[in-house]
Amino acid sequence: MKTNRPSMSWRPPWWIAVGMALGLVVLSAVSRDGGGVNLLNALVRFANFVVIPGISYGCQLALGALGVTLIYAVMRFSDFAHADTMAFGAMGVILVTRVLQGMGISAGPLPTALLALPFGILGAVILALVLDRTVYRFYRQQRAAPVTFVIASIGAMFVTNGLVRLIIGPGDQRFADGTRFIVRVQAFKEMTGLSEGLALRTTHVITLVVAVIVVLGLFFFLNRTPLGKAMRAYADNEDLALLSGINPERVALWTWIIAATLATIAGTLYGLDKSFKPFTYFQLLLPIFASAIVGGIGKPLGAIVGGFVVAFSEIAFTYPYRKILGYLGFEADGLVQLLSTDYKFAVCFIILVVVLIWRPRGIFQGRVI
Amino acid sequence: MKPGMGRPFWLALAMVIALVAVGVLQSWNVALAILNLQLISAVMALGINIQWGYAGLFNFGIMGFTALGGLAAVLVAMPPVAEAWAAGGRGMATAAVTLAGTAAVIWALHRVVKVKALRRPAMALVFVVGLALTRSFYSPSVAAIEAVDSSVTGFLGGLGLPIMVSWLAGGALAAAVAWVIGRITLGLQSDYLAIATLGISAALVAVLRNEDWLARGVKNVTTLPRPVPYEQDLHGQDWFVDLSAQVGMDPSLLSGLVVKALYALLFGSVLLVLFWLSHRALHSPWGRMMRAIRDNRDAAEAMGKDVTRRHLQVFVLGSAVVGIAGAMLVTLNGQFTPASYAPFRYTFLIWVMVIVGGSGNNGGAILGGFLIWFLWVQAEAGGPWLMTLLTSGLQEGTSLRQHLLNVAPHMRQLVMGCILLMVLRLSPRGLLPEQSGKHNLAQRRNGTERS
Repeated sequence: MKTNRPSMSWRPPWWIAVGMALGLVVLSAVSRDGGGVNLLNALVRFANFVVIPGISYGCQLALGALGVTLIYAVMRFSDFAHADTMAFGAMGVILVTRVLQGMGISAGPLPTALLALPFGILGAVILALVLDRTVYRFYRQQRAAPVTFVIASIGAMFVTNGLVRLIIGPGDQRFADGTRFIVRVQAFKEMTGLSEGLALRTTHVITLVVAVIVVLGLFFFLNRTPLGKAMRAYADNEDLALLSGINPERVALWTWIIAATLATIAGTLYGLDKSFKPFTYFQLLLPIFASAIVGGIGKPLGAIVGGFVVAFSEIAFTYPYRKILGYLGFEADGLVQLLSTDYKFAVCFIILVVVLIWRPRGIFQGRVI
Repeated sequence: MKPGMGRPFWLALAMVIALVAVGVLQSWNVALAILNLQLISAVMALGINIQWGYAGLFNFGIMGFTALGGLAAVLVAMPPVAEAWAAGGRGMATAAVTLAGTAAVIWALHRVVKVKALRRPAMALVFVVGLALTRSFYSPSVAAIEAVDSSVTGFLGGLGLPIMVSWLAGGALAAAVAWVIGRITLGLQSDYLAIATLGISAALVAVLRNEDWLARGVKNVTTLPRPVPYEQDLHGQDWFVDLSAQVGMDPSLLSGLVVKALYALLFGSVLLVLFWLSHRALHSPWGRMMRAIRDNRDAAEAMGKDVTRRHLQVFVLGSAVVGIAGAMLVTLNGQFTPASYAPFRYTFLIWVMVIVGGSGNNGGAILGGFLIWFLWVQAEAGGPWLMTLLTSGLQEGTSLRQHLLNVAPHMRQLVMGCILLMVLRLSPRGLLPEQSGKHNLAQRRNGTERS
């Protein structure tokens, strides 16, 4: 579809209908026996199973998508090796974590992996730079077509994936240590007297905090430092940037460094939250691309918003709402699950297609490939 | 340097020698097993070459079309399960009708209602109601179907036709799905198309894994009929025992070889037919038009070519070829295992074949299929061998050595990546580059080849 509509206009009837429906639901819940407590229970359950995991997964996707979008903005190709770069960085973190644990060094209540993070970043940066020197730079100098870069990135994906499998093996790795929970379900129940518990895991909080710090740092770098400005200038208009004396090699170098850093952080946070398995990381490629495209490829802010859109859709579409509806006064027979959990990739893909058809440049009007 | 006729000949000869070497050094059984998968890989590579080499379409959904071909094999060749049809057939049909009705009503609303503020809520309402209605028929029927003797069947079964029919059916099914996908995604440019098709293939495989009523999902369909005789039937017969005595081989060994050779004959003839067809297509006015569209889309459009329609056409054709290969693969394995469809093996490896072989050159794609599959198999075997050699200095039983030996088969990913990168760098147009009248156009697209 080549319709290029102006930005979405506000459509009042749509939102009024949704608002009224929500109001009815709240009213029906409050008017039952138990009243407000049921509503609170529903909210807590929703927060515990949808909102908190969604925020955490969204942060991880956003960090991954930021790397993809930066590489796209500067080098103009979709890096299919990015998910495997995440795995490579996380692998470095795991190996150093094991060494640190062996030496008896820990970060107290925090996971040891946070101490190992710089080493993992270093490993991923070295890999990215070696690949850039041996593979991508040649095509950059030749000014090869973007498809050549994509195919080269598939080669890089094979190599990185092979390295990860060779070094750490294809199996499952758990490396989260330290305190597991900040708030436990039992403690929450006792504290509030509700029948639903809310668990706040350390990894969720760490994910959020680290992601916020990294994103703030990235935006400061892109907007305030000379190098960041040079990068954005190069992304906007290559020829003009070259004319004004920006060194393209330096821009490429720093793009790879930043992308590899973001990838390692995203990979480590994902691994801490769930677990590390090379194949699972490879499968993250799709949601990450979906996030970058939904937000508008080439736009850092878009990558973040896209990450959250994809994460929340994946979780919200595959969560069984039976108990929540029960609290709100609707008894249901089935699980009230829109899609089975195995369809999370399908959800990703549907969002992707819907966005590509109706808003081909994404939410934030990124580039048209 | 323009490669003459010599290069394809020598490369093909080298491939034959390599296979014979495997036959002599390892075993003929292994060599024939490799050959069969090489033939299937070559068909897949041919399909992708039709899309990428002729038209420049970036299809990363090969895995999905392969799986669809496999599904066709199940739906065509398995005997129908009468109890399952009785239990849930009617409900399934009703669900299908409701779903189609919902889609029709939504489409009609989209066309008829002109007031925008009304249209979207109305469409959303019909969508939700229609989906709920469909589900109310669908879920009980699924449960009923899956309950029918779930350890053996638990699905609707197929048509009970000979499995060779499924090769055509696999092509047709893949083509039909490709048509729908193409209508949605072909407006997208290169990278987007690649990512969208990657997503579609993941979604398709997710459907095959989870919809047990269709093809048993991850419970697998394991008893597919064969187009060739079974080994035990062969060596039970007198003439065969006589034959093996004459050749001087054990009957059980010989029967395995004969069965594999029969498969190879079938696959080889399919490959030859497809190669002939695609060769004729490429060197026809249609093929020249496709290359013109690929090399300069705007100019072709200005000359009155309907680019979108031609893209859709070539997308459907290429996917159909992949679907045929998918059905042949399941026929060879004798089982349909949705969990085994992984993008590395079924999407990216095929891409390596096309790029290494030579995109735009049918012979190149076939050579790529043969060569890369050979290396993929041999790297799995060669990895541990090399690792044993490398770690022979380490002490027996150290954990490092053990770890290295365990992960050694994964060396093949690394090997494939290095081969792809090296070919892309040193011979960017592949081992057998495209040969067309306008040499420089192809060069401009694929980068210059250093000679």
